[in-house]
Amino acid sequence: MRPLRAAPALTLALMLGPVLAGLAGTLAPALGIFPALGGRSLSLEPARALADWPGLPRAIGLSVATGLAATLIALGTVTLFTAGWADTRGMALLERLLSPLLAVPHAAAALGLAFLIAPSGWVLRALSPWATGWQRPPDLLILQDPMGLAMIAGLAVKEIPFLFLMTLAALPQAAPARRLTIARALGYGRVTGWLKAVFPAVYAQIRLPVYAVLAYSMSVVDVAIVLGPATPPPLSVQVVRWMSDPDLSLRFQAAAGAILQLGLVLAVLGLWRLGELATARLGRRWVEGGTRRLAEPLLRAAGLGLAALAAAAVILGLAGLALWSVAGFWGFPDALPEGIGLRSWIRHGPALIAPARETLVLAALATALALALTLACLEAEHRFGLAPGSRSLWLLYLPLLVPQVAFLPGLQTLALSLGAGTGRGTVVLAHLVFVLPYVFLALSAPWRAWDPRHATVAAALGAGPGRIFRTVRLPMLLAPVLTAAAVGFAVSVGQYLPTLLPGGGRIRTLTTEAVALAAGGDRRIIGVTVLVQTALVAAPFALALAAPRLIFRRRRGMRGA
Amino acid sequence: MRRFVPLAVTLGLLAAPAVASDPADWPALLSEAQGQTVYWNAWGGAAATNDFIRWAASEVGERYGVTVEHVKLADTADAVSRVLAEKTAGKDTGGAIDLIWLNGPNFAAMKEAGLLYGPWAEDLPNWRFVDTEGKPAVTADFTVPTEGFEAPWAMAQVVFYYDGARLAEPPRTMPALLDWARAHPGRFTYPQPPDFLGTTFLKQALYELAPDPSVLQKPTDEADYDVVTAPLWAFLDELTPHLWRQGRAYPQSGPQQLQLMADGEIDLAISFSPGEASTAIANGQLPHTVRTFVLDGGTIGNASFVAIPYNASAKAGAMVLANFLLSPEAQAHAQDPDILGYGTVLAMDKLAPKDRARFEVLDLGIATLSPAELGPALPEPHPSWATRLETDWTARYGMAP
Repeated sequence: MRPLRAAPALTLALMLGPVLAGLAGTLAPALGIFPALGGRSLSLEPARALADWPGLPRAIGLSVATGLAATLIALGTVTLFTAGWADTRGMALLERLLSPLLAVPHAAAALGLAFLIAPSGWVLRALSPWATGWQRPPDLLILQDPMGLAMIAGLAVKEIPFLFLMTLAALPQAAPARRLTIARALGYGRVTGWLKAVFPAVYAQIRLPVYAVLAYSMSVVDVAIVLGPATPPPLSVQVVRWMSDPDLSLRFQAAAGAILQLGLVLAVLGLWRLGELATARLGRRWVEGGTRRLAEPLLRAAGLGLAALAAAAVILGLAGLALWSVAGFWGFPDALPEGIGLRSWIRHGPALIAPARETLVLAALATALALALTLACLEAEHRFGLAPGSRSLWLLYLPLLVPQVAFLPGLQTLALSLGAGTGRGTVVLAHLVFVLPYVFLALSAPWRAWDPRHATVAAALGAGPGRIFRTVRLPMLLAPVLTAAAVGFAVSVGQYLPTLLPGGGRIRTLTTEAVALAAGGDRRIIGVTVLVQTALVAAPFALALAAPRLIFRRRRGMRGA
Repeated sequence: MRRFVPLAVTLGLLAAPAVASDPADWPALLSEAQGQTVYWNAWGGAAATNDFIRWAASEVGERYGVTVEHVKLADTADAVSRVLAEKTAGKDTGGAIDLIWLNGPNFAAMKEAGLLYGPWAEDLPNWRFVDTEGKPAVTADFTVPTEGFEAPWAMAQVVFYYDGARLAEPPRTMPALLDWARAHPGRFTYPQPPDFLGTTFLKQALYELAPDPSVLQKPTDEADYDVVTAPLWAFLDELTPHLWRQGRAYPQSGPQQLQLMADGEIDLAISFSPGEASTAIANGQLPHTVRTFVLDGGTIGNASFVAIPYNASAKAGAMVLANFLLSPEAQAHAQDPDILGYGTVLAMDKLAPKDRARFEVLDLGIATLSPAELGPALPEPHPSWATRLETDWTARYGMAP
């Protein structure tokens, strides 16, 4: 029993230790300490150099504005759609459509979207020249626009599936049917009633996922490189640029920028919290005001339209990349390539086998570890009656709230000085930092919702706690366990910086290959890589859906869990 | 010396061999390299170079028993960061990187920070074929003497490519380019500095516009930087509003610029590889109507190198690979436009007739200029020019209004 009791502490240490150690490793150079580069005394020079960079105000503005806008759009879309279409067939359809999109890596979705909306992209190719009269692509600033609109769109379409699934998971605890029945009985419209009676309870549940989306959108690097402006880029991209500049003295400035990025995220999270409070005040007045209907058909249409648009953007984007992977020469304004062939697959496919295997091994190890730790924590919580406070949930989210650029470089230096070296083990541990929170979040609610009377009955029949866990609880909760594993797997596959830095570049996964190739911009090989990557992530989700149905095909009651 | 080799091998089984990898004793180095794994860190953004590296890896594996793993970098500086992080952590042996493809500023930075192993390159057996007289760039990397700390493996020279179907007569001077851009707004751009190709465009323009280009060979603080660069900024001030997207956005790399060309967004682009257009046509990336040209008065040329970090784990294996890259066979393979289309660093008159024949049979491709058409290569300016040009360009044009 001893090891089980220590499980929560061990889990927290494995998850938070690297984050805190990495932050310390970034703070030192930000304050001028970096012995290998001759920095031996405390100094504010890095901060001054950062302040002197002419692009700083705009980079900060971009970081804040794109993060806030993407989060607001994603949250608004999900809320409107759920309010207008909960318990309808449209909802069920889009749920089925959106869930697999969660598996599409961010960079892949961004590359697909870029090809859709560019002036020489698929949409205008399909309309030219017959509708537009254009023989050549128009000189329009759509991608990399200085306002970051393309980047906001790219982030929003990827965060909508995530927030949607989080909302679906939170809904049952908000008892929407009861609340809505009462509201409807009082004469409230569908959307207005949902917003007034259900939304506050749902939002309380998805608050931390929303914070994670906000923090992620503010400090994202790969999506920003593909869709975001470069004159100047958002702060996180500039920090990564400085870190990779041949002029090594810029490392100090980069560290200062990384710390500033962390401060920005914290400040904006605080701002968001204030916004929550203000919205709650105004919202309460609105609820008490008694408005029964609020442009209901319009809001319903908007919710459906936005959600469908987001799904279409990702799906069409992937379809475009899939077509590129088999395309011969494909110039503007042809809607389809001149020829179709497997040339790119034959040429690049074999080289992807080794990275695909590595991706698989890393994800399997990190997921297995995360699953074991999560189960141990939850089981310890159950057996010893350790009630998790709301504070422990915050700790769980910490790795998702701290920008990656702020702690991963420091972590790399630390791992090296501890002699941990580089290799699969170090990378698995780095992945674990990000995989654990998601696995825990995915599994904790269904695990805690399990009816403990099953355990009481089993105990009365003479089963010990170990046996109850193995033969009753685990099989009954097989479906959520597999789903959590699929989520963890997807998170691990998508990691770029946590693979590159601790692996010393020697660990090559499909994601590191895809980002390196995106630097080259050859859409054919990007298409091949992205399709393999997406397939690898989608497979476990399919398995998680199919396995319980197969295993329990003779036991109907076990399939639904 | 030779008879101690078995002893060294035996000891090697007990402890990591502390043998000083010495290319002057090549047979001993070959046996030391046997069985080593070389992690070659090289930019992985272009399918053609990746294919070439895969070919070189399998050849070196078969011939010398050296395993080569290509670590694909999104940016060469990632490898520099890695070596720096290892030095910070005091990891002075057993480093993660054995060989880096680099040149110019990355080489200068690593050499200055003491992050490179050497000298070794001029002791390689195949060094005797290198054209040190005709191609001064192979021993002076952006004016910084290589001193045997890196081995050249490919020559590059600035060319421009254009689509002959859309543009009949390309402009051959910078003022002509400006006139053409005025007449055809939005049809030209260059990768955004500090991308190295974008910086190259600035240096190329500076060569043509500076009152006296010879000062570019000296560090900037030995020249009157403001006077030398004033005509360049005047030129760019006029050019920028006529660029693609009015200069409010730029492609982020050479391959992205190539994609713009393929999409028909631009009509004219700069390249640092004379064979790039032919290779891209062969791969179906560019239409068959694309051709290359050079500017009147010559274009900048340089060499690509490989270097070994000071703490590399497989120095012997890395040297075996570097030596293979200098072999006439590998050089001819790299020059084949169906493969890579890179220029050779070797001197034809130093080769045996059968090796020379490997180059003579190559069909350079429809869009590749002959060496005579390519003309003389101008030497790269001192690295300090690139650094200051990048900083000033970013302050002037890198912050869109």
